[in-house]
Amino acid sequence: MVDLSVNLGFQKLKNPVLAASGTFGYGLEFKPFYDLELLGGFVVKGLYLKPREGNRPPRLVETPSGLINSIGLQGIGVEAFCREVLPELAGLRTAVIVNVCGEEEDEYARVAEYLSRHQGIAALELNISCPNVREGGRCPAQSPEATYRTVKRVKQVTSLPLITKLSPNVTDITAVALASEEAGTEAISLINTLLAMAVDTETRKPKLGNIMGGLSGPAIKPIALRMVFQVARAVKVPVIGMGGIFSAEDALEFMMAGATAVQVGTANFVHPDACLKIIKGLETWAEKHGITKISEVTGSLNI
Amino acid sequence: MLIDRQARLVEVESWGDYFLFTFDAPEIARQAQPGQFLMIKVSETTQPLLRRPISLHNVEDTRVQIFFQVAGQGTRLLSSKQPGQRLDLLGPLGKGFSTRPEFRGREIFCVGGGRGLAPLYYLARELRSLGARPVIFYGGRREADLPLKDRLKAAGFELLVSTDDGSCGFRGLVTSLVEEELNKRKPVFLYACGPDPMMEKLAGICRRQNLSGEFSLESIMGCGFGACWGCVKKIRSGGQAKYLKICQDGPVFPIEEIVWQENEHG
Repeated sequence: MVDLSVNLGFQKLKNPVLAASGTFGYGLEFKPFYDLELLGGFVVKGLYLKPREGNRPPRLVETPSGLINSIGLQGIGVEAFCREVLPELAGLRTAVIVNVCGEEEDEYARVAEYLSRHQGIAALELNISCPNVREGGRCPAQSPEATYRTVKRVKQVTSLPLITKLSPNVTDITAVALASEEAGTEAISLINTLLAMAVDTETRKPKLGNIMGGLSGPAIKPIALRMVFQVARAVKVPVIGMGGIFSAEDALEFMMAGATAVQVGTANFVHPDACLKIIKGLETWAEKHGITKISEVTGSLNI
Repeated sequence: MLIDRQARLVEVESWGDYFLFTFDAPEIARQAQPGQFLMIKVSETTQPLLRRPISLHNVEDTRVQIFFQVAGQGTRLLSSKQPGQRLDLLGPLGKGFSTRPEFRGREIFCVGGGRGLAPLYYLARELRSLGARPVIFYGGRREADLPLKDRLKAAGFELLVSTDDGSCGFRGLVTSLVEEELNKRKPVFLYACGPDPMMEKLAGICRRQNLSGEFSLESIMGCGFGACWGCVKKIRSGGQAKYLKICQDGPVFPIEEIVWQENEHG
């Protein structure tokens, strides 16, 4: 019997596998496929104060072993979420994490404050790294200063634990990670998608309506892994690794590189039960290697 | 519980770029409705990464059929599958066509452009079982784009075909053929599936003729079940135009609710 539980400090997870924001809807979309309580947890789609229209289609383009999306955080807004969705999630015995968005610092704080008045939320994930909502893919996570200010501001209005989600579209991700840690984040998740594009050579047009989008999937895994390794070495708070995880072996790589837990994203689209298969695969791997506690894997990389 | 099931491909028929696959998939067959679709994994690897959305062409007993055209890397791989192979099928997905009891005894137009014929066969069978009289319009560039025409006829459906080059049936666009027929008879409803320009033109014809109907839309899809918000189309709903998910809110929408120009509002 393998103990699959891991500890994020503020929250113990029954296993290290979380479904990633933006790929798991509001959680309910996956209820027809399996019991959500089997997950370590899941992160619901990013929420702004108000409903959001999202970007013009086409919003998706496939690239080799990857997917570029420019959804643009279409969504129902935090009020409708708390009224219509959260009551259905709140009783679940799994970590329900809510992804928090904002046009500016104040909006992040107001969304966080609104969510803090409701029961059933294990933590907030601060989405300071979406490449699809501002001109040129800019986001607060591209600057240590803006990251520090945003995290600090949200900390002032909520007692919920914060997970800060970082962007790979930076020159030195450890500087941003350290800024979020200094501002008081309880954990760090990375990476969000890589700013990317694709062109139709027949029409000479960009393949996405929004021109640029965020690349995810197996294509980005080596980059994500490298960044998780760098950040885990630099900070003391727990790190949640993600980027192209499709198998238990992928998840183990991130854990060995220093991640306490992982998030599974794009794989949920291809195999709705991807998270379950990965959890099962972690157990099988641990049994084969005589590991009794999966948490021992974190940071166990042999260098 | 919806799960992705491995289903055995039992029969493959093909005509050039067009393929008709028959799967043994009892659970899907039991739940399916005309207009719904499947998400099919075409590769064992991550290339291509995503499943392909393909509409249900027919369902009989434990068997489901899909009819598709090779249009890119995904459908090309799909077309290479052989009888006996097992494929991951996820479905049935989406909201299908709505049919009404008052269709009994009335004429209903079902308009398919090329591979857009795919969902209409299953629908036409359903309409016939309701006692309605489906009239199938089947248009393509040339005769080779109408591989199913003999079967539709053999199945006893009234069939009107058109080709752009005049190699078979009416010479011209299927929309012109529909327009011509509307001068002769008055159906109570129209269903269609096909390329966007055809559908947009047909929407205009229906508006002018005050004819209601439903269109089945096509899109690239990330997941097929509402999780990614990648396949949206602007739809007028509750007085305002907003992006709805083709996979979950559709793929079938009332004609008058579909917004064809991205910058159009209301």
